[in-house]
Amino acid sequence: MVDIPPAAMAGPSQHTIELRINGKACRAEIESCVSLLDLLRDRLGLTGTKKGCDHGQCGACTVLVEGRRINSCLTLAVMQNGRDITTVEGLAPLEVGAALHPLQQAFIDHDAFQCGYCTPGQLCSAVGLMNEGHAKNADDVRELMSGNICRCGAYPQIVQAVCEVALGGAQPGAVRPVIVGTVPA
Amino acid sequence: MNKFCYVQAASVDAALAQIGAGPDSSTAAGIGKFIAGGTNLIDLMKENVMRPARLIDINALALGGIEAMPDGGVRLGALARNADTAHHPLVAGGYPLLSAAILAGASPQIRNMASNGGNLLQRTRCYYFYDTGVPCNKREPGSGCPAAGGLARQLAILGASDQCVATHPSDMCVALSALDAVVQVQSQSGSRAIAFADFHRLPGDRPDIDTTLAPGELITHIELPLAERFRAHSAYLKFRDRASYAFALVSVAAALDVGADGRIRAARIAIGGVAHKPWRDTQAEALLAGELPGTASFGPAADRLLVGARGAGVGPGSNAFKIPMARRAVVRALETALRGTVATTGESKDQEKRP
Repeated sequence: MVDIPPAAMAGPSQHTIELRINGKACRAEIESCVSLLDLLRDRLGLTGTKKGCDHGQCGACTVLVEGRRINSCLTLAVMQNGRDITTVEGLAPLEVGAALHPLQQAFIDHDAFQCGYCTPGQLCSAVGLMNEGHAKNADDVRELMSGNICRCGAYPQIVQAVCEVALGGAQPGAVRPVIVGTVPA
Repeated sequence: MNKFCYVQAASVDAALAQIGAGPDSSTAAGIGKFIAGGTNLIDLMKENVMRPARLIDINALALGGIEAMPDGGVRLGALARNADTAHHPLVAGGYPLLSAAILAGASPQIRNMASNGGNLLQRTRCYYFYDTGVPCNKREPGSGCPAAGGLARQLAILGASDQCVATHPSDMCVALSALDAVVQVQSQSGSRAIAFADFHRLPGDRPDIDTTLAPGELITHIELPLAERFRAHSAYLKFRDRASYAFALVSVAAALDVGADGRIRAARIAIGGVAHKPWRDTQAEALLAGELPGTASFGPAADRLLVGARGAGVGPGSNAFKIPMARRAVVRALETALRGTVATTGESKDQEKRP
């Protein structure tokens, strides 16, 4: 429970919250109106998570809370007090030479982005998709990744990358080889 | 976003005590609001469409369960998440129509966050309601309705008033309507049950009021009566501007109870995306009782459902196309239900085979 000082009852309230972010304990003093996204980006410097629309329509802000994917722009940081949060920075060790998360590697292998702005959200969403375990084929992957918009239009490659990892190599959608650096016609 | 005070409630009693205890609870702008998933409320607060002085976080309340009732029905906790509800064995197995409708709505991220109670209480996605720079009778009673003569593609063709053409955007609620769900609510003065048909209201001359939930009342559960007889023949059909992650232009929850003689014993039909609430007409359903299922019987039922339908909007914003679309959607949803339980979005599932 978050303690509210009586003086705060008449206006915006201040809160001390403790989170576990990418495996590290974290304490923050925040106002009630700070979204989880703004806490991550503006207060904690974790700018991998992107602010696209700030209305839950684009998915660029997707993070994992207790392993479940959510839109971090649509929740208040104070509501997530005590939770374990994973952002794109936490998918693989941030060390030189460390292996990438298999999805990160697959996105590179399949050229699954152009500008890359949506990619952190796509990656966290795909991890969430795998944790949920409902995707059985490429159509399922398309449907279950529909909360993540890619305005560059890298969808075919994103589907291939996610299928490769999430479906264990069975890729009903991979009908065309990807040639890195080219635009599919 | 306005500055607000955030508090957490540890129990239903504490939440009910807190909802009326805010500093400005006497004014509409200042009244406290419960927050669960927050996916719609926080968005509306960012747009200054809603400005609660106080948010009461109810996520710690023990209302997250989904359990079988002694009479064979299922009780959905108000705080169970949409995704968990859709995939729960009691729902996916016993109420495939509800499962399909929930999974046709929003995105996986939002379904992971959104609560069942909040799904019922989400506000319309009418552009004019969201835009605080223009009048809106739902947002500011008496200010006017530019939607009726504007962009009404997503808006109502049934049950609208001269003050409001908003639609209720939920998919889940369309199935709950067809399934005759019951909304259990609690307040400091006790608890009561609201039949789903009575929960959402038509706009009339008070479009600012979406539901019959009284101030200070909290949704605790949604009860699903036993629907075994409809389980084999139900379908949720959703037409929208994108293949996924878009609100319905028209959606239909259809369920048939077909007897051993091949005749319809009972039918349920609810239409989404067309009115201020999921649209049902029990007289249309009664037309199907005793009939042989097929286009010959489905057509008149669809016609009956759409009696009084009227387009709104002008030019490219006109929604008159939704009247014939809704009629065809009803017939097709019933045909789909007849063939067996299918979760259909109207999209082909064989995209892989296309060149």
